[in-house]
Amino acid sequence: MTSRESILAAVKANQPETVKLPDIDVFETKEKGSLEKFASVLQGVGGKVAYVSGYPEIARTILAQYGSDVRIVSPVKELKDLSDENLEDIASIHDLRNVEVAVLNAHFGVAENGAVWITENEMQHRVLPFVTQHLAVVINAAAIVPTMHHAYDLIGKSTYGFGTFIAGPSKTADIEQSLVIGAHGPRSMTVFIIGNDNQSGQGQV
Amino acid sequence: MMEHSTKDHAELALDFNKDEDRVDWHDETLWFIRQKRDKAAHQLPEWEALREAASQIKNNVLANLHDYLLQFERNAVANGIEVHWAADAAEHNQIVRRLLNEANVIRMVKSKSMLTEECGLNEYLANHGIEVIDSDLGERIVQLAEEPPSHIVLPCIHKKKEEIGEIFHQHLGIEAGISDPQFLTETARQHLREIFLTRRAALTGVNFAVAETGEFVVCTNEGNADMGAHLADIHIASMGIEKLIPEKKHLGVFLRLLTRSATGQPITTYSSHFKTPREGTKIHVILVDNGRTVQLGRKDFRNSLKCIRCAACMNTCPVYRRSGGHSYHTAVAGPIGSILAPNLDMEKYADLPFASTLCGSCSNVCPVKIDIHEQLYKWRQVLVKNGYTPKAKKAGMQVMTWTLSSPSLYHTAGKVGRWVIKYAPFAVNNKLNPWYKQRDMPASPEWSFSEWYKQNRQP
Repeated sequence: MTSRESILAAVKANQPETVKLPDIDVFETKEKGSLEKFASVLQGVGGKVAYVSGYPEIARTILAQYGSDVRIVSPVKELKDLSDENLEDIASIHDLRNVEVAVLNAHFGVAENGAVWITENEMQHRVLPFVTQHLAVVINAAAIVPTMHHAYDLIGKSTYGFGTFIAGPSKTADIEQSLVIGAHGPRSMTVFIIGNDNQSGQGQV
Repeated sequence: MMEHSTKDHAELALDFNKDEDRVDWHDETLWFIRQKRDKAAHQLPEWEALREAASQIKNNVLANLHDYLLQFERNAVANGIEVHWAADAAEHNQIVRRLLNEANVIRMVKSKSMLTEECGLNEYLANHGIEVIDSDLGERIVQLAEEPPSHIVLPCIHKKKEEIGEIFHQHLGIEAGISDPQFLTETARQHLREIFLTRRAALTGVNFAVAETGEFVVCTNEGNADMGAHLADIHIASMGIEKLIPEKKHLGVFLRLLTRSATGQPITTYSSHFKTPREGTKIHVILVDNGRTVQLGRKDFRNSLKCIRCAACMNTCPVYRRSGGHSYHTAVAGPIGSILAPNLDMEKYADLPFASTLCGSCSNVCPVKIDIHEQLYKWRQVLVKNGYTPKAKKAGMQVMTWTLSSPSLYHTAGKVGRWVIKYAPFAVNNKLNPWYKQRDMPASPEWSFSEWYKQNRQP
């Protein structure tokens, strides 16, 4: 008997009487995702928020912040002017080791925890949002869901090879519970929010 | 690397308690994390309903594990993931070694996986000429110190920053006397970045695996699991068979509970969903039993398999906080570890269910509502029935039975006890009395309740 067969047989012999799955749709309230809450929770976990009018303002803001001497990459079509590097052309993913800033589109944000959902399609290379020193993400002001239940409602319909929720810069508190930003991944995370009429044009990173 | 100590929990706790300041600091630090958990939980009015839902989902998983395992395997394979089955720790380790051998890999980077601690993987691979570097900061620190982790979420919570500075001085070449967490973390970042960029194989744990879709989710704050996996050609993901959940939408429930319970954060920085291998690379999932099917068959203890490894039960436990993770001499310490470990080896871990006050705080914070303190109590009975009682306790219990079964003996013993504490306190305030450790015996009353009752109330 293989281990597979013996494990399955033991599980079958020992598993208890079946019980029904609970109804978890009750957690999906009718409330709308609050952009304000998303922004404040994200800032609470070390992320930065910038309200912008559109992609040109994002490009201007990033160049003003980081200058043009560092390696900035983005698979976002609208940000072609920001970087002339075509990410499809790199020979090895290890060539991404010295990326300073990466700008990616995200599908949506989650108000309750400040996370954004990004899949492989938006990353071009899976390692990009992790290996870059600074991460910038673009979302639409209307694309905020209240909770993770709503999030999986949206994700459920999509296909991806890899997808991740990212909430703020990489961090650790392993040394005496002192919070340090910039563990192995990005040292900062900025979320650019497009289409919030009240606050656009006040980009502040 | 895991030290195989012959000391029991009480003796190891005594070692930890030698440094009273450190004990106080350890106690306060973990209680602070417990308070952060409370704050996060109280922000969600539906918190208790979420715990109940999570508990019911896990009950359903345990009841249908056979079918969910098959469903997960089918979907994962369809996604291009290779699935392996390991009956025990030895087989798990052999599979990892074979996969690395086949790819000619002798150096691997590993993110946090308590399962590999349980299996003794690092030691096994080292003995076969394969180097493993742990990439979680806390785990790297204890690895350099040649110690096991003392906490499943905060592996080096027992270490002071000055000690970590000294470890980095010895192993990573920084100047002596540095203790700034920012500087130390930056040092580890530079050191591990080089590791991530040069290792062709990465091993990660698994937080949740979804039967419906064949994908699995790995949660970290540091981003180390992703750095390792996305830069390697081979990604090995080791998981206990109980990590399955039925459907993707159930992740919503568990990701809301996990980090709030663990550290008080609303979610980990990264919650990564691995569904297919990156082009030109491989993902292997190893499904490990190692005693889990036996525990599944123990009616009173199977609920322990619902655990999602948040460590809330450790952070809140008055015994864990004041005895330290190493005193449990097992990969998963604290209350949950004390109900998991005896399943693997009753004799070796017979002391652990007794390392509790049964106060129930663990059960109250558990996000999947495991009846931890009740299982601790039940394990005590099973262990005693099977003859695994600690010797000193056995002798004491015999004297107690004898005394309590005779009223005259009981009254005499009470009188003697009060006399001794009053006139000869040295007879009990000494090392032979375990109750004297870390506390003074109380002043003795003038008379017993029955003497008082005879004089004042009896007609």
